[in-house]
Parts: sequence; C-alpha cells; structure tokens
Amino acid sequence: MGWNVGDTKEATVVEDLKRTQIVQYAGASGDYNPLHTDEVFATKVAGYPSVFAHGMLTMGMTGRAVTDLVGAESLVKFGGRFTSQVWPGDTLTVRATVESVQDGVVTFALSTVNQDGTEVFSGYAAART
Amino acid sequence: MVAERFPIEEGHITAFARSIGDANPAYTGPDAVAPPTFVQASAQWDPDYFLRPKIGQPWFGSGKEPTGIRRDSGGGSGSGGGGGGGTGLHAEQHYEYHRPLRVGDVLSATVLPGKTWEKEGRRAGKLVFSETVIEFRDQSGELVVTARGVGVRTEKPVGS
Repeated sequence: MGWNVGDTKEATVVEDLKRTQIVQYAGASGDYNPLHTDEVFATKVAGYPSVFAHGMLTMGMTGRAVTDLVGAESLVKFGGRFTSQVWPGDTLTVRATVESVQDGVVTFALSTVNQDGTEVFSGYAAART
Repeated sequence: MVAERFPIEEGHITAFARSIGDANPAYTGPDAVAPPTFVQASAQWDPDYFLRPKIGQPWFGSGKEPTGIRRDSGGGSGSGGGGGGGTGLHAEQHYEYHRPLRVGDVLSATVLPGKTWEKEGRRAGKLVFSETVIEFRDQSGELVVTARGVGVRTEKPVGS
C-alpha cells in the first residue's frame, strides 16, 4: 500500500494477558526465567508484585502489529526499548506512525501502551514497500 | 555461549507464533518464514543457556522452598540476543534483517564484544547496562540477522 508520513495505525495485540501465555512464551523462546514463570519465586524471592512478561513477549506482540501492516518478509529493521514492565491482566495496544517513506523503505515509530496509557515499548521498524 | 547450530524448524515457528498470539499464515507450513523476534528462541539451542532447567542440575525456581538454590553470582550474560536473567532485565533489543528466515535454514550464532556502562536510576539504584551483539549466519555463511541486545542489572526490584 502507499504510505504517507504521519499515517497512524493502532492494533490491540493482547487483552487481559494471562500468566499461561507468559509460560507459553517461555516454552517457545526457551527463556524459563522464574521471574516470568514462577509466581512464588517472583514474589517471595525476587520481591516483585507478581510474575511479569518477558520484554521479548511484548516485542514479539508488537512485531505482529508491524508484520500485519507490512507483511512477514519485508522487514529491514525492528528495535526499541522496554520502558515499563508488562503484568498479567494488561491489555496492550501498538501505535505505528509513519515517519518517513524513502528509497522504497517505510519507517515507523512504534509505541506500545498498556490499558493505563503507560508506554511499555518504544521503538521503530523499517520495511521495504 | 550461544547456539552453534540453530535449525529453523516448522513446529518451533508454529509454537513461537502461537505464544505471541500471531495467527499469520506465513508462520505455518513447511515453507514458513520466522516472526521478526524468532532468533530469540536460539536460547533453546544454546547448550549452556542459564535460564533453562537442565537435567541433573539445581534450578533456582521454587519447589519445596521459594528458591531451589542459594544465589551466588546470579547467572551470567544473556543469550539469544541480550536480555537479562536473575535480577537482570532486558532493556533494549534491536534487529537488522538481511533476508527473511525460513524453515530449513540452519543458523549459527557468533557473539561480538559489546559495551558496558553504568547509570544511577531514580527507583532502582545503580543500573549496570551491558550490550550483546549476535550475528546469525546461515549454512553458507551468509549473514541473516544481526541482533543487538542491552541488558540491565538493578540493585533493587523494579515494579509497580
């Protein structure tokens, strides 16, 4: 499709994140850190209010919003910072804004926010058009 | 300590796509491509990956007690593109894609030296950041994905 600078797309990538999905991601990715998979360890040993999602689960879900826009085979770059933790029960929405369209490459600014509007991932993606 | 051999398999891609809630048909079947963050799952092929329970070795998660072992050094450097473990957290992740990754590719990962730096955090005390750059090459030595991860270790838990 033709992209224009300033175009913005929004997609909800998870509603009411379940602990089991975090465990599912642990199993698929191979990162079984008890901070993500073990409520007893996360609360009693590590001092967190509960288990929380892998940053890479948040990035993986953010990536889905991007590939839904540009296709699964056209990404050139994808990256960003994990700006806040993602907890069971969170609902995440990805906002992708076109920053540039140049030499056959569209670049997006990405912002993934939770149900309170707190940003959990701040990043970018570039794809061939 | 990364995957010397990371075969890209159909079932693994399917399981990974399910776990991120992605029903894109491009991620199923014998000609599937891999989702953008899939190389993170190279941890499955890292024989020493410290965030996977290993046969015959103690595991620090809960059993009878809240933790299976006393903490000492608390892990090591992240694998599969950076990230954290123990009290470490994943701060940043960046990928460059040189071509799409497909079922049948067999990658090998090479870690390049990354920077380390410190910062004083508002809530979590001293923060120590460390960068890991991993190059994933295919069976013919061609660069497929470059992954740059930044992990951070904190003095105190960070939470809401």
